[in-house]
Amino acid sequence: MNNVALKSSTGNKIANRAVISETLLELGRKDKNILVLTSDSRGSAALVPFGKELPDQIVEVGIAEQNIVGIAAGLAHSGKKPFVASPACFLSMRSIEQIKVDVAYSQTNVKLIGISGGVSYGALGMSHHSLQDIAVTRAIPGLHVMMPADRHESKKMIEALINYPYPVYVRIGRNPVEDSYLSEQYDFEIGKATTMKDGKDITLIATGETVRVALDAAKLLEDMGVHARVLNMHTIKPLDEDAIIKAASETGKIITLEEHSIFGGLGAAVAEVVSQHHPVPMKILGIPDEPAVTGKTAEVFQHYGISAENVSTIAMSILKRG
Amino acid sequence: MEELTFLKRKATEIRKELITMIYESGTGHTGGSLSNTDILTVLYYKIMNVDSKNPNWEDRDRYVQSKGHSVESYWAVLADKGFFPKEELQTFSKFNSRLIGHPNNKVPGVEMNTGALGHGLSIAVGMALAAKLDNKSYKVYTVMGDGEQAEGSVWEGAMAAAQYKLDNLIAIIDRNRLQITGGTEDVMGLEPLGDKWRSFGWEVVEVDGNDIEQLVTVLSDNPKVSGKPLLIVANTVKGKGISFSENQVGWHHRVPTKEEYELAIKELSEQLEVLV
Repeated sequence: MNNVALKSSTGNKIANRAVISETLLELGRKDKNILVLTSDSRGSAALVPFGKELPDQIVEVGIAEQNIVGIAAGLAHSGKKPFVASPACFLSMRSIEQIKVDVAYSQTNVKLIGISGGVSYGALGMSHHSLQDIAVTRAIPGLHVMMPADRHESKKMIEALINYPYPVYVRIGRNPVEDSYLSEQYDFEIGKATTMKDGKDITLIATGETVRVALDAAKLLEDMGVHARVLNMHTIKPLDEDAIIKAASETGKIITLEEHSIFGGLGAAVAEVVSQHHPVPMKILGIPDEPAVTGKTAEVFQHYGISAENVSTIAMSILKRG
Repeated sequence: MEELTFLKRKATEIRKELITMIYESGTGHTGGSLSNTDILTVLYYKIMNVDSKNPNWEDRDRYVQSKGHSVESYWAVLADKGFFPKEELQTFSKFNSRLIGHPNNKVPGVEMNTGALGHGLSIAVGMALAAKLDNKSYKVYTVMGDGEQAEGSVWEGAMAAAQYKLDNLIAIIDRNRLQITGGTEDVMGLEPLGDKWRSFGWEVVEVDGNDIEQLVTVLSDNPKVSGKPLLIVANTVKGKGISFSENQVGWHHRVPTKEEYELAIKELSEQLEVLV
């Protein structure tokens, strides 16, 4: 098993978007075909330093999300490596048809980075939350979908995406997130879940910022004598079906965690595999079908029970049922 | 043969080919394909630098058909240019054919999948911007519909093309004044269309889009202004070349009956006879 997970909080203050921008700058210096496109979003995407150092490699399109995706498709078709950095709520909704047709259907090598995703715009409400983006993007043939757990994984993911030949939608949050990984010293492979912690009693499958919650829940469970397995499903499509089937058969129970609607996201994707290959009891934890409550991410998570305490309580109740 | 006569004959042959495809498959966008035939003929047989033996040649001119539904003339042109065997036209719109009812980049010569209106200009902007970044001299052409001008994304692309001074980008509007419901000015008024584009920072020229000579002239010495993208309002006749389909809204996607088909072929053949 991998021994990659960080046991507890380090109080990390570096946001995933900052790491992604630094990584793109580092790679962009060496490859002038790497371009970033922004929709008046270079500040939100932490791309100001990139724009200052590599002004010929940043393309500003203004507040026009349909246009940004179309232009990126045209650039990719002409041999460029475009990374679109635009708020997830607009990128995944306003321009979904361009994503479907110009990117996925035409198979242009565009990397779509949905920034400020999930509930990270907290108080701004449903217009700015993106809690349907995974459901929508993963239903599009040819488009791959990913969510990094922390800053270390953000860096590894961007490095892996530079020469990845498929279009990808990556969703990240706005604010610094607690580390889940000890460091960048681990093997990251697109499409392969990371076993953050092994266990035989139940499996917690999480993605993005909820990986840390799953790790903390597993720790609580360990204190109660329950050995939970924790899988970080950073790639939601193509999904690591083998890891899911293995978890179902070896642990017999699954809880999924995500910062997304309970419809169509990670939980639904896992349930599609489990129900057809190895049915076991499951709990899908996420945002219910309502305009999400507003507040800071931690407050919203707490409200909907996406917390270590609640996950361990649910786990115990599933285990009691046998 | 004189070049203009050659081009006029070619356009008429393409019309015969496309009406045959539509008649035999029982489906198609007849009116729009007939209106844009002359534009495509001039682009592919006179203006654009493309090579059917090497369709992905790096320095080729790019064509993006934004009004994707008018695909029959496009398939007929690409087949005639040798991008794929002409016999394949018989598979048009049939089960699992790659010659579907919209441009499809599984077919050599087609750059991008199009068909959702309002996408092509932004894609063309990306291609033209890439040429500028790489100091390449290829040009990017896109043909839009006039009904398509109601899509807001067209104007997002228009702004970006002017902002990035893409004088290697030529957009053509197939201005046939009809869309599926009726006249464009009744459905959602577009005029003054040229002025709208001018105010967005484009160089704008109006031509008769079914006049081969005018199309050759305007496309041969473009762009007229350095630093500006060029928009050509090509005033066309929807259903052009077949008397009973001209300017008839019902022919947007009507399929000819056997009698109509035979009459259409007869008319087009007569047009060919005098083009010598």
